[in-house]
Amino acid sequence: MAHRITVESVADRARAAHIREMLSERFPKARIREVSVTNAYTIDKTLSALDQKKVASALTNPVIERSSFVSVIAPKEFGMALEIGFLPGVTDNVGNTVRQMVEDAIGKKFKASEAVYSSVFIFLSGTVTEEEAKRMSLELHNPLIEEAKIIPAWAWKRGHVPLRVPKVTLTASSKADIVDLHVSDDELVRIGKEGILGSDGVRRGPLALSIPELVAIRAYFDSLGRNPTDVELEAIAQTWSEHCKHTIFNDPLDEISEGIYRRYIKGATERIRKAKGKKDFCVSVFKDNSGGIEFDEKYVVTHKMETHNSPSALDPYGGAMTGIVGVNRDTLGFGLGAKPIANLYGFCVGRPDEKRTLYRNKEKTAELLPPRRILEGVVRGINAGGNQSGIPTPLGFVYTDDSYRGKPLVFAGTVGLVPKKKGARPLYTKKAKAGDYIVMIGGRVGLDGIHGATFSSEDLKSGSPATAVQIGDPITQKRFSDALIREVRDAGLYNSITDNGAGGLSSSVGEMAEQSGGCVVDLAKVPLKYPGLSPWQIWISESQERMTLSVPKKSWKKMKALFDKHGVEATVIGEFTQSGSCVVTYGTKKVMDIGLEFLHDGRPKRQQESKEVEKIERAPVPAKDVQHMLPTLLASPNIGSYAFISRQYDHEVQGTSVTKPLQGPGGVNADAAVLKPVPDSNKAIVLSHGYAPSYSEHDAYAMAAASIDTAVRNAVASGASLSHLAILDNFCWSSSLDSKRLYQLRRAAEACYDTAVAYGTPYISGKDSMFNDFRGYDDKSNPIHISAMPTLLVSAIGVMKDVKKTVTMDVNHAGDVVYLLGDTEEEFGGSEYARLLGLHEAGDVPQVDLTENLKTYRALEKAVDARLVSAALGLSRGGLAVAAAKMCIAGGRGMSLSLPKKAPHVILYSESQGRILVTVPKAKAKKFEELTKGLARVKLGTVIEEKNLSLAVGDLSFSWSLSELSRAYTKPFKKFEV
Amino acid sequence: MTTPRVLIFSGYGLNCEEEAKIAFEESGAIADIVHLEDVIASSKMLKKYQIAVFPGGFSYGDDAGSGKAYGTRVSHHLKDELQEFLSRDTLMAGICNGFQIVTSASILPGALIANDSARFTCRWVDLEVVGESPWLNGIKTLSVPIGHGEGKYYDSEKALDLLESKGQVALKYVKGKMSSCFDLPANPNGALRDIAGITGYEGRVLGLMPHPERGSFFTQLPHWTYLREKYEREGKRVPKHAEGIQVFQNAVKYFT
Repeated sequence: MAHRITVESVADRARAAHIREMLSERFPKARIREVSVTNAYTIDKTLSALDQKKVASALTNPVIERSSFVSVIAPKEFGMALEIGFLPGVTDNVGNTVRQMVEDAIGKKFKASEAVYSSVFIFLSGTVTEEEAKRMSLELHNPLIEEAKIIPAWAWKRGHVPLRVPKVTLTASSKADIVDLHVSDDELVRIGKEGILGSDGVRRGPLALSIPELVAIRAYFDSLGRNPTDVELEAIAQTWSEHCKHTIFNDPLDEISEGIYRRYIKGATERIRKAKGKKDFCVSVFKDNSGGIEFDEKYVVTHKMETHNSPSALDPYGGAMTGIVGVNRDTLGFGLGAKPIANLYGFCVGRPDEKRTLYRNKEKTAELLPPRRILEGVVRGINAGGNQSGIPTPLGFVYTDDSYRGKPLVFAGTVGLVPKKKGARPLYTKKAKAGDYIVMIGGRVGLDGIHGATFSSEDLKSGSPATAVQIGDPITQKRFSDALIREVRDAGLYNSITDNGAGGLSSSVGEMAEQSGGCVVDLAKVPLKYPGLSPWQIWISESQERMTLSVPKKSWKKMKALFDKHGVEATVIGEFTQSGSCVVTYGTKKVMDIGLEFLHDGRPKRQQESKEVEKIERAPVPAKDVQHMLPTLLASPNIGSYAFISRQYDHEVQGTSVTKPLQGPGGVNADAAVLKPVPDSNKAIVLSHGYAPSYSEHDAYAMAAASIDTAVRNAVASGASLSHLAILDNFCWSSSLDSKRLYQLRRAAEACYDTAVAYGTPYISGKDSMFNDFRGYDDKSNPIHISAMPTLLVSAIGVMKDVKKTVTMDVNHAGDVVYLLGDTEEEFGGSEYARLLGLHEAGDVPQVDLTENLKTYRALEKAVDARLVSAALGLSRGGLAVAAAKMCIAGGRGMSLSLPKKAPHVILYSESQGRILVTVPKAKAKKFEELTKGLARVKLGTVIEEKNLSLAVGDLSFSWSLSELSRAYTKPFKKFEV
Repeated sequence: MTTPRVLIFSGYGLNCEEEAKIAFEESGAIADIVHLEDVIASSKMLKKYQIAVFPGGFSYGDDAGSGKAYGTRVSHHLKDELQEFLSRDTLMAGICNGFQIVTSASILPGALIANDSARFTCRWVDLEVVGESPWLNGIKTLSVPIGHGEGKYYDSEKALDLLESKGQVALKYVKGKMSSCFDLPANPNGALRDIAGITGYEGRVLGLMPHPERGSFFTQLPHWTYLREKYEREGKRVPKHAEGIQVFQNAVKYFT
């Protein structure tokens, strides 16, 4: 029998007030007088009266709350009640915590079939119609994962509010089906695109396998004299997916037979490492879950940047949250386990004020979430995932463009720290050994995220499975993170570890089996969230918060005890072997037996052809509103402040923060962050990013070069050293089978090679997401295709010797001399200035002068090292005027500058790369000028105490008060502050 | 002269134990991070320690109320042990989530509820010391960071009057150098009577929302690059520590 306890806070009105404000703002016509909130916990377990008393006492803080098992606590007067709770099978973190509290209170454990389900009652008083309540409920819940029940007051008063028990009931077969691949080509196409036809007549969801791939699979099984099982086919689909195998980067493109990844990305790293010789600082590149470089003689620092675009399009909150806790596992899964020490984020979304309604289906029943909801959701997702995990978030960005309206890009990254050795054993390498147990730790397996890997290899359209949506559980992960990093790793109890991400067990076990030479797994041993899953579902489910370990049999007992103490479930599900095969059973029945060689290398390569995108003559970008343009640029969501995000992400936890995400008293968002991860070392880590997607359609080569140049520039301007700086590439493309997109990709990759090699900054890890397309319908049911513009996020990570030499952007002393390093050309193509004028196709795109920039960066590095620089900022979107404004807003002081004689709009707003604004104390100016002799260096003027920015160009002079600039700068996301 | 030993609780989502350990060790104590289950399993363990700390974090994800699940577990399983610990001349602190835990476990009065903004907030605050506690000896004001979603101190008016009359209010949010410099409201969460921290057991137990351990070193300060420029021009040395470290030094001094 189930019981429901409802708990109301008598003290806390903040959450209810927040809902009221939000609804009043979005539904100005409805008159909401009051909102109140009651939490409900439905306990699906029989409780005695005494048990109920104990539970109530545990769940109620008498200072602030009251509770009832008898009826739902509701206000005396209300018009509408909403009850919002999760759909069956969705991770319910609150429910899980309450279950543990109940167990603790009554001293009895729950059975597997018993559970606690959380829901929230929201009471609206005032005049709200049922129809309005329905629309309001859509602001308060996501129908893909939650259900909202609307109960008008009259119905409520009539009586009983039924209990909500969203229990999963599945009746799937525990047998594996045989899939006949000797079928027509049409049927093969359908199997590839829509999935295996189940015995219930329903297709199981995309395998994303092409005809040549399916034919190769058929041939392999023909050679074994049988057809594949569904488990085998699903597993191959996961392993061969674009998501896991990066087929577009690895398959031949034009004459590049080894693929662009090997030639341009890996190729650059190999060349740089060779040239560095003994000074090579790479420790582990491309082969592990994260990339690792040397921090000092004792530590390795790791970095990995992920994308979680498709899931975030459907459920922004869950998508972003699983994105960040997922990439945390790429840190825990580096070597034998690194400790996550910083999270990073990046959100590319549609314009938040855009009002178009778009649908996933022609019938217009599946509406796409508007950009505002997407942004709110992803912001909340990283908040929950990062803050709850106790990992600081010192750096991130927001970028908006209509091309992200269909599918947002959500970047999530994690930096880690791991000692090089424990005793004599290196901690940055690993190898599963034959005879080791295969141990799964963390959460249990459900239907969550089935087909996540193959799904992200497809466009987003109406058939996108809701099971691709997942919610993270950061606390479960924090428990095993603590257990691993503090105790199990250093006790030397396992030989290898990896994350269960895309593809679930099929990927993690499959990958580790390559290290040992084989594996045998019994799926019946895998702990499940609820009964009734088919073997193929267990094998590929992407249920979160799980890792797989390779554990010597003699270590198992000790490990189990440690995990038990931390409240972490750990289960032996099989054994690594050297049979050369991946064997999977369900109980005693064999459901998969595939040679590892075929599984990992059997995919037929596909020759890709690119087609040159013709260059078009670009009209020049005219001068317009030069005075007015600066506040307009500062108020652009691509330049202005997103302080509402920075302040809600904990950037102080772990006590390692050196520079803040908002720099200076004026709080300007930084494009770099510095942290000091080891208490007794003065070394610091510099993190930065660069991106210039608006340059892509002009010239993808220039876009990639500018992205890398910007990341490097941002790092050096903060105090990083070029001799100890690595980068990560993160490609987000669209329609990647299109030959023109492939041309852009090839050009971008070429720039990646040239630029990285010139700067000596090796790639240590990368990621690609190649189908950021949305195919759906507009409000007239016309088909519509939105492709995200080709986007390359470059993340840099460097080590600086002395944290005390860190540089921030805030100007800090009147009288300091202001210099501009680097030349300014008329380069407005894809610039924020041109875009704000609506000139998306005009202007020449900024080109990167590698030789000159390298000299500039090296000189700046020396000047910083000699402590000559009091503030610095790399110039990026919006050019010189924006950079000067940001430095002034940050520092709360002005500048009086006389700029080189050029057309005013050019010198103020052109986005030429390789430029940095620097302030130098007067007493050190001479030394600075000596150090930068022979470079493109101009003395512009001084920092002034007056809160005013004045820029003279020849006879013309422009001037703005800091308060005007600051107002503009903080404007773009004002609405999100609430 | 004894070097005090500090037990820092961990587990279930607490996450500030390492920076707490660093601050204590920097101040001369010996600090151990111990999982709650290990303390429960070994009933005599607390006897070895002079200082016990519930650090910050997100125990049980704040689900069903911050500090509630951890606090319930503490009061169910460690009530007698903690009473025995506090009956000795010991010190205890609950920082941030730890403060929420010690109020939930009824070691200190009152409760912490959602910030008025209904959102997690990470920033620096200024505090005035208004009560007496060994933790706060000789400190008048203190600027350190906060990072919490449920940090609004709450109790009935009567209870608050009593708390103030007994001198148990230790720290109040005030407009000081950080909130002035960064143009932020003094009270970051709507805490009643601007209460940031309170004491119990004659001042030996301190509960506070702000994080002195995250404001213990110079390079943790939000404006340290500015201060560095200023000090260098004035010919002054750049210091190693920041104000927060005093709290931990005080705790160590109490036993030495």
